[in-house]
Amino acid sequence: MKNKLTNTLRRFLPFLGVIVALAIHLLIEDSDEHPEAEEAYYTWILYFFLVTTFILGIVSTFVKKLKKSLEYSGAFWGGVGIVVAIIDIVIGKLALFPVLFFPKYDNILAQFFEGYEIILKCIWHSTKLLVTGFLYGAGFGFVTGVLLGFNKKFNYWINPYIKLIGPIPATIWIPISLTIFPTTFGASVFIIALSVWFSVALMTSSAIQAVPKAYFEVSRTLGASSAFQIFRVGIPAAMPSIFLGVFYGIISAFLALMTAEMFGVKYGIGWYISWQKAMLVYSGVYAGIIVIAVYCMLILTLLFKLRDKILNWQKGTLKW
Amino acid sequence: MVAENIENVKGAIHIDNLVKTFISNEGETVAALNGVNLDIPAGSFVSLIGPSGCGKTTLLRQIAGLAEPTSGGVFVDGKKITKPGADRGFAFQQATLFPWLNIRDNISLGLRARHVYKEHKQDVDEFIETVGLKGFEKSYPHELSGGMNQRASLARALVGHPDILLLDEPLGALDAFTRMAMQDEIHRLWKKYKTTMVMVTHDVDEALYLSNYVVVMKARPSKIEQVIKIDLPFPRVRTQDTFVLYRKKILEILNFAGKIPEPEYYL
Repeated sequence: MKNKLTNTLRRFLPFLGVIVALAIHLLIEDSDEHPEAEEAYYTWILYFFLVTTFILGIVSTFVKKLKKSLEYSGAFWGGVGIVVAIIDIVIGKLALFPVLFFPKYDNILAQFFEGYEIILKCIWHSTKLLVTGFLYGAGFGFVTGVLLGFNKKFNYWINPYIKLIGPIPATIWIPISLTIFPTTFGASVFIIALSVWFSVALMTSSAIQAVPKAYFEVSRTLGASSAFQIFRVGIPAAMPSIFLGVFYGIISAFLALMTAEMFGVKYGIGWYISWQKAMLVYSGVYAGIIVIAVYCMLILTLLFKLRDKILNWQKGTLKW
Repeated sequence: MVAENIENVKGAIHIDNLVKTFISNEGETVAALNGVNLDIPAGSFVSLIGPSGCGKTTLLRQIAGLAEPTSGGVFVDGKKITKPGADRGFAFQQATLFPWLNIRDNISLGLRARHVYKEHKQDVDEFIETVGLKGFEKSYPHELSGGMNQRASLARALVGHPDILLLDEPLGALDAFTRMAMQDEIHRLWKKYKTTMVMVTHDVDEALYLSNYVVVMKARPSKIEQVIKIDLPFPRVRTQDTFVLYRKKILEILNFAGKIPEPEYYL
């Protein structure tokens, strides 16, 4: 009985967290050092979460899957409420840090509510760059890796160059690519593609070389052609590591994207941050960082979902 | 060995003065096979037995075509072997199933590789049933036991109906009881499909339990010491007097019978 009660309580911990944050925000005055936002955006958001967490708590009583997951993660989300409240006290209420660089919640949220058009435009622009660059990079990287892994001659002639060029941070090439490519878009795509290309090529080729020889011998005794050995044996066996290469690739692509955007490209989240910084609007900088964090998290989640689908067979063999 | 074909006409192996040498790390030439001559009648079950380093696995890989001979050659039904082919199935010591394919796809791998899967779909079903894996078609190798994986690997090697099945210590990685059950399984498969079987093993009992002929090999220099015809009816009884006599004979050839030889070094 007691257990049941604590479990129910756990499901309402997020709701309690929001209550704490809301109480602190409403009961304590903001420091008057902060410039006042046009609307009480932070209060709106807290009301919104107050309602959603309460509804979630109620609904989870009837939905088994949600119940299980909330009983597990409820404490964490309650804790998030506390952390948010503490930051509110330190920054918003007491203004312990210079308010120019550490704006209160209302002002950061104002960037979203008042400037969502430009932020959405920037997200769209960054996505275009990232997807184009990533596809080129992953595609060429995969082909290079397969050639390096299977073709001894190609490996002999090309591999040393790849070892030489690969480890150089792709962003170093920004000044050069800006002069080579007619548009900054093309230059940025090149930089992103380059950074993805290396990690995908490296992981693909080493993974293919590490495929147990027995797999190829088995397929040869079964009458498999060379093409079959490459596409149906070598590549599938190397898939987990290739995926790891894609994973590293996308992380370096984020980095390249942000750097490229801060250097010369118009629009994009990286550009937005450096623009806001140049105008000393630090609330905009924080808004940009939040966008990037959420954005990267979404892409990685997508990538992991994809992995679970493609590499389903791996579940029992290895974990990472 | 006299060529007396047992029921089958295909899958006779003729090994003619086969030499295989390797270059060791010190740069010396080491002979793994030293002019081997052997005739294996079609449809027979032959075991290669001997201490490690006697070249029995090298010989098996030569028959499979997985390695080039230095001189001499292997002929199957009169044709010289230059590369692996679907007429010679191979079962490895490890099941070596592909972890990304389920059991059914693993078994049908060879058929798919040769683009004959559609015509032979029912063969796959038949073999899944024969090796007792019905109901596990959709399972992945890591979900099954070692014995089940090894049965799947036998099915994979046999589903294309090869004339010859080469077995490289296929039961070496299994525990004693699974092993004995699997020996019956292999015997049943041989009876049913009349494939010529060549098996490398360390286990004298296993060789005696399954084979028409036991080829005893010796190391340094590696060569065939003796070919013994096992004149016992199937199914064989491991405790029968004549069975024990054969075991004694083989162990004597291998210098393991009774008297303990003086060790070459002391620990």
